[in-house]
Amino acid sequence: MTTPASSAAATRYSLYLKRDCPTCQLVIPAVSELAAQLGADLTLYTQDDPTFPDMPGVVDDSNLEQSYAAGIEIVPTLIRHDAAGVEVRIVGWDRAEWREFTGIQSLGETLIEFKPGCGSKTQDPGMDEVLALRFGKNELQAREVELASSEDELEACFDRGWSDGLPVVPPTALRVIRMLKGSDRSASEIIGNIPPDNVPCSIEKVAINAVLAGCKPEYFPVVLAAVEAALQDKFCMHGLLCTTYFSAPVVIVNGPIANAIGMNSGINALGQGNRANATIGRALQLLIRNVGGGLPGGIDRATMGNPGKYSYCFAEDESDVDWPTLAQDRGFDRNESVVSLFAGEGLQGIVDQQSRTPESLARSLAASLRTVAHSKLFGMADAILLVSPEHRRVFKEGGWTKADLRAALYNNLMTPGEEIMRGADGIAEGMPERFKDKILNKFRDDGLHIVTLGGTAGMFSAIIGGWVASGERGSQLVSQPTVS
Amino acid sequence: MHTSLLDPTAELSPVERQILPRLATLAGATVGLLDISKPRGKEFLDEVERQLVAVGAKVNRYAKPTFARIAPLELTQKISVECDAVIEGLAD
Repeated sequence: MTTPASSAAATRYSLYLKRDCPTCQLVIPAVSELAAQLGADLTLYTQDDPTFPDMPGVVDDSNLEQSYAAGIEIVPTLIRHDAAGVEVRIVGWDRAEWREFTGIQSLGETLIEFKPGCGSKTQDPGMDEVLALRFGKNELQAREVELASSEDELEACFDRGWSDGLPVVPPTALRVIRMLKGSDRSASEIIGNIPPDNVPCSIEKVAINAVLAGCKPEYFPVVLAAVEAALQDKFCMHGLLCTTYFSAPVVIVNGPIANAIGMNSGINALGQGNRANATIGRALQLLIRNVGGGLPGGIDRATMGNPGKYSYCFAEDESDVDWPTLAQDRGFDRNESVVSLFAGEGLQGIVDQQSRTPESLARSLAASLRTVAHSKLFGMADAILLVSPEHRRVFKEGGWTKADLRAALYNNLMTPGEEIMRGADGIAEGMPERFKDKILNKFRDDGLHIVTLGGTAGMFSAIIGGWVASGERGSQLVSQPTVS
Repeated sequence: MHTSLLDPTAELSPVERQILPRLATLAGATVGLLDISKPRGKEFLDEVERQLVAVGAKVNRYAKPTFARIAPLELTQKISVECDAVIEGLAD
């Protein structure tokens, strides 16, 4: 064997190749020359075909164990291991570079001077998570549930009580690792204690439930922010879960992330058909069910519930930069991504196709807002007013700002106590006697939130009524910025 | 090959699937007796019925059309609606 002049006796080389790479095929004459010169000091690893290159001693790395361990990103990669254990590597084909690197000045004489390499098979889409799982480099702590060979995966999830009644995505380790890649946060980090059982919950458990819900990994930061919002003391998740009332978490997403992950704030924004809207709210509900132990009929005592308890999640229409978003109302900047949670019931529509002035429309909306929970109960339930783009246009064309709308609603909702007393109008329900001589507002201060969404056709707005235990004695709207 | 899933729960209960909660008392409960329609099943279930009635249970009797096949869906639904518990009377 001839030892190159510049190479120390203990210097070794490793070369990673794949057949499906024109550069790897190109460099074969140089590789043959290297092998002849270096003999046993050169190890060849082949990623996709053990017969390539056709030389003795090629290591079949088709399971990618060596490539993964070596962190190969491009083929060909030539690594020089010196006696002191120092590694240096070059990638692709650059004749001058290879010659200098190996000290063999005749290398690749017949080849072109330069050709960039190709992606290593370890870099194929989704492969990183597969390899992390295959070679045990994952941090997963959750116990594994082994299914019998006769079990259907989807039915198995139902049978174990993990579902809200709709099919869930079976949470395999690979899917969970991929979900965790949606965030930089450590799988083992404890995000908080999930009510009602107040069980410490890791980011990993959130990821497992996000998989169940059908989330894509890119939704995961929004799911995490929704969970953190639910855990804010002001939100009172435990009480909200236990209530006999209709309400449940409503998830409202503001900021650039909503568009980035393709959320719907337009036509049918509160309806079916958008994966992010449908699965982010569901992930929160499934987490409360599975980790928190909050089961309907168990701690969840809702008399009727509401269909939003499957998932109640949407983005705000932020197309009008002059009209503040909910997040801006809560003190955030328009370019921050923020998740807000509101304890809300189902949807109540408002038709107003006649108002062409802000004054008329504000009175119209206020008249409907009066009926939240009950037209004679004031200060009990907060509300979100969902203003459609066409109704927003009426306000804008009339020269009103969002603040003007808020002030008008407030004024229109001031009511003499005597009109809404228990017994007034022949209705036993109403406000207690002590409010008789007061002027009351329908909503407590900070109890009415205004959000814009919906398609551009339709002079309809809508109300999401709040929990009848709104405010400090129960739940308040909370906001949480997303963290990637 | 067995599929393995990651547990989405708080892991407070064993990983094996749990049986349904047992009845706290038979008194006042409706218990179905399902005859699988093999010979002599009736004698056995008559004795079970006598003992159940003695402790205050109400007994409904049902029979599968044939022991060779699983119970028809209509029958299992009828039992689940009408009974708090069911005893399936095997034979032989």
